Amino acid sequence: MTTAPTRPRGASTTRTAGGVAERLLRNPTLGPLAALVLAIVVFSVTTDTFLTLDNVSLVVQQSLIVATLALGQTLIILTAGIDLANASIMVLGTLVFAKMAQQGTSPLLAMLIGAVVCTGLGAVSGALVTRLKLPPFIVTLGMLTIVTALGRLYSEGNSWPVTSDLLGFLGSGSYLFGYFYVTPGMLLMVVMFVLTWYALAHTAWGKHVYAVGNDPEAARLTGIHVDRTVFSVYVVAGIIYAIAAWQALGRIPNADPNAFQTGNLDSITAVVIGGTSLFGGRGGVWGTVVGAFIVAVLRSGLTQAGIDSLYQDVATGILVIAAVTLDQWARRRSL
Amino acid sequence: MSSAAASSRSPRSPRSPRSRGRVASRACAVAVAGALTVGVTACSQTKAGSQSAPAGTQGAGAVKVGLVTKTDTNPYFVKLRDSAKEEATKQGAELIALAGKFDGDNEGQVAAIENLVQQGVKGILITPNNSTGILGALKKAKDRGVLVIALDTETDPKEAVDATYATNNVTAGELQGKYVKAALGSTPPKVLMIDGTAGGTVDEQRHRGFLQGMGLAEGDPAILGKENANGDQNKAQTAMENLLQRASGVNAVYTLNEPSARGAFAALKAKNLTGKVKLASIDGGCQGVQDVKDGKYLATVMQFPKKMAAQGVAAVATFAKDGTKPTGFQDTGAQLISDTPVPGLDIKDTAWGLQNCWG
Amino acid sequence: MNTAGDDRATPTLQARGLVKRYGRVTAIDGADFEILPGEIMAVIGDNGAGKSTLIKALSGAVVPDAGEILLDGSPVAFTSPLDARRAGIETVYQTLAVASAMDIASNLFLGREMRRPGVLGSVFRMLDHKAMRAAAQEQLDSLGVATVQNIGQIVETLSGGQRQAVAVSRAAMFGRKVVIMDEPTAALGVKESGQVLDLIRRIRDRGLPVILISHNMPHVFEVADRIHVHRMGRRAALVRPADHTMSEVVALMTGALRFDEEGRLVDAAGHRAEVDDQGHTITEAR
Repeated sequence: MTTAPTRPRGASTTRTAGGVAERLLRNPTLGPLAALVLAIVVFSVTTDTFLTLDNVSLVVQQSLIVATLALGQTLIILTAGIDLANASIMVLGTLVFAKMAQQGTSPLLAMLIGAVVCTGLGAVSGALVTRLKLPPFIVTLGMLTIVTALGRLYSEGNSWPVTSDLLGFLGSGSYLFGYFYVTPGMLLMVVMFVLTWYALAHTAWGKHVYAVGNDPEAARLTGIHVDRTVFSVYVVAGIIYAIAAWQALGRIPNADPNAFQTGNLDSITAVVIGGTSLFGGRGGVWGTVVGAFIVAVLRSGLTQAGIDSLYQDVATGILVIAAVTLDQWARRRSL
Repeated sequence: MSSAAASSRSPRSPRSPRSRGRVASRACAVAVAGALTVGVTACSQTKAGSQSAPAGTQGAGAVKVGLVTKTDTNPYFVKLRDSAKEEATKQGAELIALAGKFDGDNEGQVAAIENLVQQGVKGILITPNNSTGILGALKKAKDRGVLVIALDTETDPKEAVDATYATNNVTAGELQGKYVKAALGSTPPKVLMIDGTAGGTVDEQRHRGFLQGMGLAEGDPAILGKENANGDQNKAQTAMENLLQRASGVNAVYTLNEPSARGAFAALKAKNLTGKVKLASIDGGCQGVQDVKDGKYLATVMQFPKKMAAQGVAAVATFAKDGTKPTGFQDTGAQLISDTPVPGLDIKDTAWGLQNCWG
Repeated sequence: MNTAGDDRATPTLQARGLVKRYGRVTAIDGADFEILPGEIMAVIGDNGAGKSTLIKALSGAVVPDAGEILLDGSPVAFTSPLDARRAGIETVYQTLAVASAMDIASNLFLGREMRRPGVLGSVFRMLDHKAMRAAAQEQLDSLGVATVQNIGQIVETLSGGQRQAVAVSRAAMFGRKVVIMDEPTAALGVKESGQVLDLIRRIRDRGLPVILISHNMPHVFEVADRIHVHRMGRRAALVRPADHTMSEVVALMTGALRFDEEGRLVDAAGHRAEVDDQGHTITEAR
C-alpha cells in the first residue's frame, strides 16, 4: 500500500505465526487427508485383509450413500446452514421410487417423480430459510420430523423391495481387471463430486455460495443476491438427495421407512471431518470425500482388526472433535 | 506373498472365483500402490501360489465367528453378545461383534457383513433387520463359503441363511394370548395391543400368535386399538395413555416386549386400571421376571437368547472342524412365567424365572 | 451559505433538497450536496446529524421522500445500492464488505466475476481466474498497493490497512463516477491511515471524485479539497480546508459558529468570530 518499491519493514504481509494456520485455511483438506492416509497405512500394516482390491472396493461402496448425502450437506454447510432432513428426504425418495415402480408405474417415471419430490422438499427448506428468515437448524429439524412421518405414511409402514433393474442399477457392477469390483454408483459419485467441485470452484455461483456463507452482509453489499443463492443451494441439495436415493437402492435393494435414521448426522460427520467449517464459507467437496472415506475406512479397518464396533464410534467422535478444533485454531491464528 | 501367509487366511469354497482371487487381489493392491508394471506379474504369481495352498487348512489363528446384532444398545442383544462371547471362549474361537446403529439400519448391517467376510470369519451369526435389504450381502457371504446363521429373527425368505436359531415367535405370542384368555375366563375380551415396528417380522409373528392364542381374528371388534411403540418403554407409555383416552372397558393388553409392558403398566396405573386389566408380555429378561413377581403384569413368555448364541457359536465351530452345516429352524423354546397359574398351561413361577432369565 | 462553491463545472453528483423521514423523525431535511469531478469532498457531522442517511441516499441504500439526485447533471432515482453501482457509484463500507475467507482477487471481483470467453464461459459458465487475477494485480499495482505480495492471498491473513486497500481498490476499479468511503481510517493506526490517505489521493488523481466520510479532522484536512459540514439534517457549510482552521470547522459542526448572510463566520449571537488553531475563539463586537 505504499508507492515505494522497497517493502517497508512494518508492513509485513502475513504474521509469521499464521504460517501453518494459513496453510490449513487455504487447504483445509490437508489435515483429514493425512488422517486418512495414516489410517490406511495402519490398517494395511496391522491386518492382512484391509488393503486388498476387494476390500478397497467395499470401502468405497460402503461410503457411497453417506458421501452423496454429505455432498448436499457440504453445499448447505458452506452457506453456514445445516440440513438435518437430508436422509429423511432421501428415504422418502427411495420409497417413492420403489413403491411406485412396484405398483406398476414405469421405473423411469417413478424416479422422475421421486426426484421432483426430493427437489421440492429441498426447495421448501430453502424457502423457509430465505423467506421466513428461520434458522436452518430449526427449519430442517421440522422437515426431518415431517418428512420421516410422510415416509412412514406413504410406505404404509412397510418396506418396498426393488423390483426393477433400473432402480437397482447403481449397485450392479463388474470386476475391473478381474479384481476390483466397480459399480455404476461409484462412477456416478465421482461424476457428481467433480461436477459440484466445478460449480463451486469455477463458476460465479460457487464464489457466491462461499461469500454468502462467509459473510452474508458483505455478500449483499457486493451485489450478490444472498437469498437467491441460499435458496438455489437447498434446491441443488434436494436434487443430490434424489440421486442419493438411487444410490441407496443400488446398495440396499429395499426401500425401508426406518432406514438411514442417522444419515443426517453421518453426513454432517463426514463434512466436518473433511474440514468444512460449520460456520460457513470454508471447505469443499474434496474434504467431504475424504471425510466419508475416513469413516468407512475406520469401520472396515477396525473390524478387520477385530475391534469392537463401539470403538469405531469412539474413533469417529474423536475425529469430529479434532477436526472442529483444528478449524477453530486455524481461524483464531489467522484473525 | 508366501504360501504360508496365504494359508493362514481361512480358505473359502473353491467354487468362488472371488475367494481364489483374494490373496492375489491384495497383492495387486500393494502393487498398484507401488509400481504398476510389476503388479501384473505379482498378481498372477500369487494367484498360483494361493491355489496351491491346501484347501481347508486352518492357520495358527483361532476360528473367527462374526456376530451382527440389530443394535448394540438393547440389553437383549447385549446379552446375546455376551453369551456368544462366552461360548466362543469355551470353543477356543474368536468372536467379532458388530451391530447396526438402530432398528432398521440395513446399511449398517450390510457393511458389517461385508467387513466380517473380508476379515475371514468362518461363520456369521446375525439378527437380521426386517427387510430384504441385507439378503444380497448374506448371499455373497454364503457364496464365499461362510456359514450364515440367523439368531432370534428369521430372514425372509428363510433360505437366505443356512439355519435359524430362534424363539418361535408365533408360539411365544400364542402363549401370551392363551394365558390372557385363560386369565380372563368367561369375560369377553376387550383388547389393546402395543406393537413394535410396522412391518417387523418378530412384531408381526408375536402379534399374530397372540391373536391365535386369544382365538381372535385380525380386525375383530374385540380389539379396541393398537399402536406401534418400537419396543420402547417411553413410547409404549405414551401409546397406552392415548389408547386409553379413547377406549373404555379395556380388560386385556398385549405388549411386544417387557419395556413396552412397563410403559403400558405405568399408563394403566395412572388410570387405576391395573387390577382390571390382564397385562402380559414376552422376553424373559430378569427385570421382566421381577416385574411379574412384583405384580406389575401377570405373566411373561421367556425366551432363551443365551441358548441361541451358544448354539450358534457351537455350530460355527463344528462347521470349521468338519464342515457340517446346521439347517432349518432350531427352536430354542419359549416358557410362560407367572405366579398366577391358570389351568391347562405349562407355567413356571418367578423363582424359576429369576434363575433362568437372560439379563 | 455556500462559501466554497464552484459553479463553473457540472457537479458529478449533486443532491437538492433531500428529505427522509423515519416515522416522526426527520433524518435529513432539505439537504443539498455536490461533488465536482476530480475532487475529494469530505463529509463531516456529529452523530445524528443525518450524515449517514445522506450518504445512503447517494449510494442507493435509502430512497429519499423528497428532493432530487443528479448524476452528471441528469436526474437519477436509485432504489437499491445495485442501481447506484450500475450508475458508477461505488461505496467502501466501514465494514469493508469483504469476504474474509476468500482471496484478494476473488474479493475484487465478488458479484462481478469475469467468465471465460467462448463456449467455456457461455455454456459452462467457467470463470476466468487468470484474467481476474491479472486485472486485480494490475489494479493494485496502479494504485501503488505494494505491500500485498500475492493476489491469491486470503483476505483474513492481511492487516487492517491491507484489507482497507482491497476494499478501496475494488471501489476504484469499478467506480466510474464517484467513490464513497465511509470512515476508511477509523480502525487503522497512524502509518496505515497515511497509506490509505495516499490511496484516496491517487484515486482522485485518476479523475475519480471521492466522498470521504470521516470523524478524523486531521485526516480530513490532509486530503479533502472541500468539506461538507452536515448539521441538523442539512448542509450547514461548505468550506475549503485552506480557508479555515480545524477548530472553526468543528465549531461549524457543533453549531457554535455559523455563516451569516454575507458569508461571514459568526457565533450564536451573530458576532463575527474566528477560532485559532489553539481553539481560542476571537470574537469582535459588532
